[in-house]
Amino acid sequence: MGFPHKSHPRETPVLSKYFGDPEARSLEGWKARGGYKALQQALATDPVAVQNVIKESGLRGRGGAGFPTGLKWSFMKQGDGKPHYLCCNADESEPGTFKDREIMRWTPHGLIEGCAIGAYAIGAETAYIYIRGEFTEPIERMELALAEARAAGIIGANAMGSGKKIDIWVHRGAGAYICGEETALMNSIEGKRGNPRIKPPFPAVAGLFGMPTTINNVETLAAVPHILNNGAEWYKAMSLSSPKSNGSKLFSVCGNVAKPGNYEVVMGFSFKEFLYDLCGGPLPGRKFKAIIPGGSSVPVITIEEAEQVKMDYEGFLEFGTMLGSGGVIIFDDAQSMPKQLARLARFYAHESCAQCTQCREGTAWMTKILERIVAGHGTFEDLDTIFELSDSMTGKTICVLSDSCGAPVCSGITKFRHEFEALITGKRSSTVAVTA
Amino acid sequence: MSEPKLINLTIEGRAVSVPEGTTILEAAKTAGVLIPHYCYHPGLPIAGVCRMCLVDVEKMPKLAPSCATTVGEGQVVHVYSEKALEARKGVLELLLINHPLDCPICDQAGECELQDYTFQEGRADSRYREPKRFTAAEDFGGDVLYVQNRCILCTRCVRFMDDVAEDTALCVQERGDRAGIGRSPNHGLTHAWASNVVDLCPVGALISKDFLNKARSWDLDRTASICPNCSQGCNITLETRDAVVVRMKPRSNTAVNQYYACDEGRLNYHWINRADRLETPVVAGRAVEWDVAIAAAAAALKGKKARVVASASLSNEALYLLKQVIGATGGSGAFRVMQGAEAPLAGVHDLALRADRAANATGAELLGFSRTDNPLAGIGSGDVLVLAGEECVGLDTTAFAAAAAVIVLGTAAPAQLPSNAILLPVANFAEEEGTFTNLRGRVQRFMQAKAAPGFARPTWSVLADLLAALGSKGNLASAESVFASLAGSEAPFGGMSYDTLALKGQIVTGAGVTA
Repeated sequence: MGFPHKSHPRETPVLSKYFGDPEARSLEGWKARGGYKALQQALATDPVAVQNVIKESGLRGRGGAGFPTGLKWSFMKQGDGKPHYLCCNADESEPGTFKDREIMRWTPHGLIEGCAIGAYAIGAETAYIYIRGEFTEPIERMELALAEARAAGIIGANAMGSGKKIDIWVHRGAGAYICGEETALMNSIEGKRGNPRIKPPFPAVAGLFGMPTTINNVETLAAVPHILNNGAEWYKAMSLSSPKSNGSKLFSVCGNVAKPGNYEVVMGFSFKEFLYDLCGGPLPGRKFKAIIPGGSSVPVITIEEAEQVKMDYEGFLEFGTMLGSGGVIIFDDAQSMPKQLARLARFYAHESCAQCTQCREGTAWMTKILERIVAGHGTFEDLDTIFELSDSMTGKTICVLSDSCGAPVCSGITKFRHEFEALITGKRSSTVAVTA
Repeated sequence: MSEPKLINLTIEGRAVSVPEGTTILEAAKTAGVLIPHYCYHPGLPIAGVCRMCLVDVEKMPKLAPSCATTVGEGQVVHVYSEKALEARKGVLELLLINHPLDCPICDQAGECELQDYTFQEGRADSRYREPKRFTAAEDFGGDVLYVQNRCILCTRCVRFMDDVAEDTALCVQERGDRAGIGRSPNHGLTHAWASNVVDLCPVGALISKDFLNKARSWDLDRTASICPNCSQGCNITLETRDAVVVRMKPRSNTAVNQYYACDEGRLNYHWINRADRLETPVVAGRAVEWDVAIAAAAAALKGKKARVVASASLSNEALYLLKQVIGATGGSGAFRVMQGAEAPLAGVHDLALRADRAANATGAELLGFSRTDNPLAGIGSGDVLVLAGEECVGLDTTAFAAAAAVIVLGTAAPAQLPSNAILLPVANFAEEEGTFTNLRGRVQRFMQAKAAPGFARPTWSVLADLLAALGSKGNLASAESVFASLAGSEAPFGGMSYDTLALKGQIVTGAGVTA
């Protein structure tokens, strides 16, 4: 639902059904809404059977990469004698994304249930929910719900009387964007500096504390109980894009739009109708110009392109961008794209972990060039330099933060070159300097 | 343990076979190809952060960091493909955008990997038009100065302190291009082995205060040597400029000191250059020719017992010839060893600054000298006191007057010598060739790094003349022939020669230790 707005009739509220319903937050309220049945059922079946249901449902990672969740779980070698870990990635630091926040605020028990099922399915006795430090309310909600679940014996040494041990802990981040990268997240939990690790080894082989680990996004895990309750077929059937993209997806909408907020629609929904119908279209007297559809790391598309997009993993890919985290950032015709992209680049320059040379130096350099262009001191060579720079920053580093800086900037220049050229030739100067 | 499986691959058109698990970077070394790199160091855990060692591996979608990619059967690796060269050129340009390019005043110039690889593969110019970041230099404590402007954040220093010294004194602080190396709170870089970060730093970011602005690296002569400051026997390079030692750096020997040397050892070299040296043979207070002095010494020894008090930092060769002098006169030999605090390097097996602050106590013991706290005790009128490299600081020197005569082989005269003492000026370890035996019995060669002052001669050479004057025969014309004679008559050294010792040394027979 479009919380804080009322749910739109064309939404498909699965995860967001109880957003805005304070009673769903308590254990009692959650149970009254059908909670923890899926966990009970899962604990009575074989972990591999649980994996297979998720595999069959076609659930894909909701954090951005879209990797099939059931397949990811099956990488965890059962019975290898090592402790396994599940990490729930609740860092949600991608600019423009705020869906996990609402899941944790309104349905903390739903996430706990998803984590417990996930942990059981991969043979883990311990799960960590890594929440970004700025999420003070979600942290509080999760801690309260965990205390309730622990007291009720739902999690703990004997989860729901199954004889299985499932412990879940909240780990609070300290404010680094990069800690949402799964290997940096594990370093952060271990108490180290949040730097991404070189892969291989992959987390399923050597992850948290060197042990086999699976990292799943909040939205992914929150969907798991619903799939177990209603069956894989139900999950597939609701999608307009089955079999490649199944189920529903939360989209966080922000920027120059009439009704910003979270919206849950089925995969394959028309982006045009989503933008103009559900989100209420542009602000009065304005027109949509450009959209970053999947959190700030994905390439920019024009509104003309966006109107043709089908909202699923492949649909966005077709137009050279990505579904990503589902953080839809909308720019209207009153915005200067060079200024917006310079601000975006500054974010990445600020958040680079400083390990890889290309990222540490490249993001900062790109920001300086863009800010100079915005200040009216750019040259045409600068635009070429940005593309070449982006090339040397892409696909050559440990993680993709470096790539993520070049992607929106280069697509933005390609699609809105005239705005950059106007600044360079002095036909139009941006009056507002970009500042941190 | 079974033999490791060998993997066959092709690097730059050359077929190589390396054990399974080897990285492409190490495998390339065996093919004679040095892949440019900064953060990789064989003694440190792999970081994979500088991205300089990117190579093109056929059938891999992206360029691979060769330091962190293990070899695979049938791999075809291109180090100098256009794609790989372009990527490394990009890294070099990025490393230089905030670099001050102050090579003319940087101590690292000439031995800087940023210079080398930029010259080899970098762009001729930069496209960077923005202001450079500037940060003031910082005194890290100990002997280390940090110049952040030159830092490329390879994190070798941080990894050395964390994983080898096991003292988390350094860290990366801040993010993005603001990042730099920082000291952990309340932590100076005062670890006994901290100065190794200066050697490990591939650029001029961590520099030695002792060496600051002292010499240009291309003006230095470098000589393979052994650190004389304790019994560990760390392999070092003595660096001299115009016959003055200006720096002592560790030289790799995986059997002894890996890649490292301690701060105390490497900084204790200034005495080598001391100016107040004994430069001329002296008999009864008068400067004389060498043959006069040798004859006087031989005459003094006639009918008397030689009571040799040797320094435990004399070479095996000198100690061996002293043993012959003792044998020819029926005397005895003793030595003492100065003591200091032991300081291990936690991450390396059996490596420490040893309590025995002398290079060759093991050699002295093997050659029959007795270790004592007071080597001057019990000297009588039937004895000739031979002080070989022992300056008797802190010892009761009343024995000087008790002895029939005093012969000094030294670089300086001990205080309170009797007026009729015979002074024979000798070279110090940097001015002669020889071998030391370390505490684990490893015999290691050191080479001559500079000329001895005045008429001073190597100790073995003076002793060879003295022995000849005492009537003994034998080929003792060079350090090598003295060592050959030693190896021929002293069982622990049996079978050794300068050729077999080479640069890594050999362990004496029956040492009973595996170092």
